[in-house]
Amino acid sequence: MSESMPQGPIQPAPISAAPAVSRTGAPDAVKKSGSLPPGFTLRDVRPDGSHEYFLNMGPQHPSTHGVLKLVVRLDGETVLETVPHLGFIHRAIEKMGENETFIQYMHLTDRMDYLSSHINNLCVCLAIEKAMNIGVPERGEYIRVIVCELQRIQSHLLWWGAFGMDMGAVSAFLYGFIEREKITQLFEELCGARLTMNYFRPGGSNADLPEGFIGKVKTLCEEMKFSLDEFDVLVSQNPIIRERTVGVGLLSKERAISNGCTGPVARASGVNYDVRRNDGYSIYDRFQFDVPLGANGDSFDRYRVRMDEMRQSVRILEQAAAGIPEGQYRSKEKPNYKVPAGSYFAAVETARGLYGTYLVSDNSFKPYRVKSRSPGFSNLSAIDEITRGGKIADLVTVLSTLDLIIPDIDR
Amino acid sequence: MTLSRLFHDTLSMLKGMKVTILYLTRPSRVVTQQYPENRETLKFPERFRGQVVMPHDEKGEHTCTACTLCEKACPNGTISILTTKNIASKRVLGEFIYRFSTCTLCNLCIEACPFDAIRMGHGFEMAAYKRDELDYVLNKKEGR
Repeated sequence: MSESMPQGPIQPAPISAAPAVSRTGAPDAVKKSGSLPPGFTLRDVRPDGSHEYFLNMGPQHPSTHGVLKLVVRLDGETVLETVPHLGFIHRAIEKMGENETFIQYMHLTDRMDYLSSHINNLCVCLAIEKAMNIGVPERGEYIRVIVCELQRIQSHLLWWGAFGMDMGAVSAFLYGFIEREKITQLFEELCGARLTMNYFRPGGSNADLPEGFIGKVKTLCEEMKFSLDEFDVLVSQNPIIRERTVGVGLLSKERAISNGCTGPVARASGVNYDVRRNDGYSIYDRFQFDVPLGANGDSFDRYRVRMDEMRQSVRILEQAAAGIPEGQYRSKEKPNYKVPAGSYFAAVETARGLYGTYLVSDNSFKPYRVKSRSPGFSNLSAIDEITRGGKIADLVTVLSTLDLIIPDIDR
Repeated sequence: MTLSRLFHDTLSMLKGMKVTILYLTRPSRVVTQQYPENRETLKFPERFRGQVVMPHDEKGEHTCTACTLCEKACPNGTISILTTKNIASKRVLGEFIYRFSTCTLCNLCIEACPFDAIRMGHGFEMAAYKRDELDYVLNKKEGR
C-alpha cells in the first residue's frame, strides 16, 4: 500500500504532524499566523523564559452562569485581554418571531432574559399598544407596575445570592433564594408559572390579580426591608467582600456610555439614566423613587446600586399597593392583533438595563421583522476594558457584578 | 490605623456571623420541603400551569367542538385536532392530540378556547424514556 493512500475512514494524525509546541513559547502556528485577530496572538517569549498564555473560561464554567466562553490572555495571573465568545445558546428567537403572530411571539421573550420575563413581555405589549392605539385601564397599569417591580426584586435577589456564591459565601446564596421564593410563589399564584410568565397582554394582562395578592405584596415589602438590612450586615459590610470589590473592575462614565451599557452597570459608573424616569412608560411618573448612582464605577458600586434599587422597588411597591384602584384589568380584548404597517419601538427598564423591542409590520398578523435590544449584550461588551490589567480571580467577581444572563446575550 | 481596621473588620465579621446564627435558630425561616416525601401534601395554586388536560364530566363527555382555535393559537404546533363525522354526518372531534414534548406551557390555547374544553392541569412529573411517550390523546371518546 502506498503512503498516500488513506488506510481507513478514521486515522489518527501522526504525532509529528501536530503544531510544534515548546514548553518555552507560544505554539509556532499561532505565532506565525498573521490572519488571526489580535486577541489570538501571543507575544514572543521574554528573555527569562516566561510567556503569555490563553485560558478558556467556559462555556461550562460555573461562574459564567450559563454557556458563555471567555478566552482570556494571561501573563501569570494578570489578565491582558478578555474575548467573549457568544452563540452557544443562540435560538434565533427574532427569526422565529417572524413566523408567529404578535401574541405568540411574546412567550418567546420570556426565554431571553428569563429573570425579567414579565418586563420583557411588557415591552412587546407596549410596542403593540403604540402601534394599534390600545389603551390600558387604570387597574391594569397598576398591576403592571406591581408585577414589574416584584420581578426586579426577584431578579436582584437571585443576583445577590449568585454574587455571594461567586465570592465563596454559600449562605448568601441560600438566604437570597429564601426571599426570592416568596416572590416566585406570588407569581405562581398570579399566572401559574415561576419563570416563563407570559402574563401581560396588549391592553393589560391575561388575568386579574388573585384573591389576597395585594395583602401579600404589602407583607412582602415589610419582610424585604428587614431582609435587606440583614443582607447588608452579612455581605455589604463584610471586609473580605469589600477587599475584593472596592476599586476593582473600574468602568469610567465615558466608557460605559460608549459601550452602550445601561441599567445598574451604567448607573454605577455615574450615568444618570433610568428608562422608568427619563423615558417614562406605564405610570412610573406617578411614583416617588430615586435612581441610585455610583461614583467610581467599581465592582462595589455595581453591587451597591443593585441593593439600593431593591429598596427603591420596595418603595414603589408600597405606593402602588396603597393606590391600586378597583375596576377592569384589561381593555377590550381583540380577537386578533393586526398591526398596521410601519415600525414601532418600545423600551423598558429590566433588571439589567434597557430592553427594547423593534417591530416592523406589513399590516398582517405576523411581524415582518422583530429586533430586540437586550441589555446583557451591551453590558458584556465592556468586560474587556473592565478586566484588563486585573487578576484572573477578579474576572469572576467582575463577571458576577455585570449580572449577565446568557440567553439574553445570544437570544 | 491597622489596629482600628483589624478591630472594625473583626466586628463586621462577627455581625455577619450573628445573622447566620439567627437564621440557624429561627425555625420560621426554614422553608425547605422534603420532596418527594411530601408529594401527597403538595399544594398548587389554582392557576398553576402544568400539562394541558381535557376535563370530562361524570357522563364522560367533554365540551370540545373541534373548532381548532387552540390549534391555531399554539405557537409550537403542539396540538393537532383530528376530526371525524358523527352519525348525522356532522364534523366532530375525533382525536385531540397533545404533544407535551413540544409544549412551552404558554397558556395561549386555554385563552383561545371559547368552550373551556381544555385547561392547564397540575401534572409536572413528566419524565419519559422516549419522546413519543409524551404524545397524549386528551379526549376519552369522540365528540357528539
